[in-house]
Amino acid sequence: MTLILDGVRVRQRGEPWLDGIDLEFPSGMTTLIGPLAAGKTTLMRVAAGLLPPTAGRVVVNGKDVTPVSVRKRSVAFVYQQFINYPSLTVYENIASPLRLARSFPKEDVDRRVREVAELMGIGDLLGRRPAELSGGQQQRTAIARALARPVDVLLLDEPLANLDYKLREQLRADLKGMFAGSPGVVLYSTADPAEALTFAAPTVVLGEGRVRHAGDAADMYDRPPTLAVAATLSDPPLNLLPGVVRDGRIECLGVSFPAPGVQGSGRRVVLGVRPHQVSIERTGPGGLEFPAEIRLAEVTGSTTFLHLLLPDRRHLVAQLPGTRLFTPGEPAVAHVDPAHVFVFDEAGGNLLATSAAEVGPHG
Amino acid sequence: MTGRGADGISPADAAVAGGQVTGEVLTGDTLAGAAREAPGEHDASRADTRTKDNRAWFLVLPVVVSVAFTAVIPLMTVVNFSVQDIFSPTDRIFVGLDWFRDVARDPEVRAAFLRTLLFSAQVLLLEIPLGVALAVSMPRRGPWASAALVVVALPLLIPWNVVGTIWQIFARGDIGLGGWAVNTIPGVDFNYTLDSTDAWITVLLMDVWHWTPLVALLAYAGLRSIPDPYFQAAQIDGASGWATFRHIQLPRLRGVLTIAILLRFMDSFMIYTEPFVVTGGGPGNATSFLSILLSKIAVGQFDLGPAGAFSLLYFLIVQIVSYVFFTVLTRTGR
Repeated sequence: MTLILDGVRVRQRGEPWLDGIDLEFPSGMTTLIGPLAAGKTTLMRVAAGLLPPTAGRVVVNGKDVTPVSVRKRSVAFVYQQFINYPSLTVYENIASPLRLARSFPKEDVDRRVREVAELMGIGDLLGRRPAELSGGQQQRTAIARALARPVDVLLLDEPLANLDYKLREQLRADLKGMFAGSPGVVLYSTADPAEALTFAAPTVVLGEGRVRHAGDAADMYDRPPTLAVAATLSDPPLNLLPGVVRDGRIECLGVSFPAPGVQGSGRRVVLGVRPHQVSIERTGPGGLEFPAEIRLAEVTGSTTFLHLLLPDRRHLVAQLPGTRLFTPGEPAVAHVDPAHVFVFDEAGGNLLATSAAEVGPHG
Repeated sequence: MTGRGADGISPADAAVAGGQVTGEVLTGDTLAGAAREAPGEHDASRADTRTKDNRAWFLVLPVVVSVAFTAVIPLMTVVNFSVQDIFSPTDRIFVGLDWFRDVARDPEVRAAFLRTLLFSAQVLLLEIPLGVALAVSMPRRGPWASAALVVVALPLLIPWNVVGTIWQIFARGDIGLGGWAVNTIPGVDFNYTLDSTDAWITVLLMDVWHWTPLVALLAYAGLRSIPDPYFQAAQIDGASGWATFRHIQLPRLRGVLTIAILLRFMDSFMIYTEPFVVTGGGPGNATSFLSILLSKIAVGQFDLGPAGAFSLLYFLIVQIVSYVFFTVLTRTGR
């Protein structure tokens, strides 16, 4: 089973919502990740057949289904909002797509409904109406509705985004593995890097209606090919610092470190540092030191986010383990191991080097 | 009937008595609302250590004064009329509940009551489904949505007596387009001034024409609040148009339809101006609704005692039926 998007473009009110998408999705799960307005929902609606593309084709199992109405396609959709029929019980909600599918044998409906409900952990709620359920239970019902009928293409559009974080983590754990052996194509979109990394499925990074990169989420996290990919996959957000290449070294805010693979003297670069790689203790020989002023310390329990103000008025966030107390206004020194710095080309956003091992000679 | 005390009491007072019903329904609801909130306030004040500043009462005062002058005092005047036989301002006899007994036993009042009830039932049965159908078929967005809204809302902007005049002419067999068309094209003999069925149909159609848009607008607002994904989900399931309506749109309309049914019941049960203009309650008594009969007794015959008793009974019926509607509608399906 495959789903192919071939040169798909969508323009709405003169704006390109999808700008030339060429992707092939195999059976099983694929994660789509991208920031707000990246085109995730539009891509899913095109794949489902809810939105006709301005140009391009949607091919399922080698068959061009672009003109086929959504009613005749074998798709299921889970929305960010909890979409269930308000007047029907959970049981009837799960059963409705089965009853409407002509191909599904009537005598199997009851067995299938109970099976899926059990799988989603709502087996004891079958008699209730959606309004009598919590948000997490409502979304479990919506997912069960989508899972009940075997479909070619199952689309989940940020299904956990509207849940509070405890329910989100629990449901994320439940969902992991549920789609791994799925015979159909499962697309799961999210804006949360933790979800993409947890599912460890093939991942497509979207941004501004284009495919930024596709591959393994963990690989992309470790060696982000572009600044956009690094930013999308970093939560908390990536710290960005300006730098200049000079004689095989990179200079940044008064410090410098060797970057043997990076060519072109005088070239401007952007340095990306994840907050958890910033420390306020000396990290070892060769560590970069940035004098700064403490602005704010956010204590979340297991970690403390320390907001630092650099001399050029730039902000730098350090994620420190444990609960730490700081006094705003006091000076501090931010230490960064250059081995954990990503160097991006300022012009193109491509990764030039992680300074421990250069990426390649290009650029 | 006795109690003709014309001298000293101006017709304006009587008119207030006749128009009392409308104002009072709202006041009744407001008072009921206040009563419902009272227990909560009581609980909160048990361990209350906040500083008290009773000057806030001055903020409520304007409302209290205006409600007193527009609702409470006129209502009490009606109560006063209803228990007395008034011959002149200085010559009045307390008669207790005699007028209430008389009015309740009056066959003319009973017939008008049944007539009004039947009219309201027909109005609800026609206007609610029609209004919902209209709302469902109106475009959800785009330039046509605004155009449809304006066209649908048009009848609502026309004053009652003008609506009556429009229909009085429209339904005439000789010069009215509607009446002439019915007489000529299917060849039915239609004359609302002679035939009581024709008169009834004319008044009913007029109300449907005038007020279905209100139901449609309320329902349209309810439908617009349904997020698109619901319709997409139904499409993906392959649900039919009827199933989409039954399981997505209708449940979401419960709230607005409750309001629409209450408004249309109260309003149609108290209909006065339009039938007064079109048929004057005739032919015979065919379209003589409670309000028309009441104004005949109060203003025409100046029987203030029976009219007061009639007003209060009328008011009570509207209150009770509205309460029953509200309770039933909000409890079903919960």
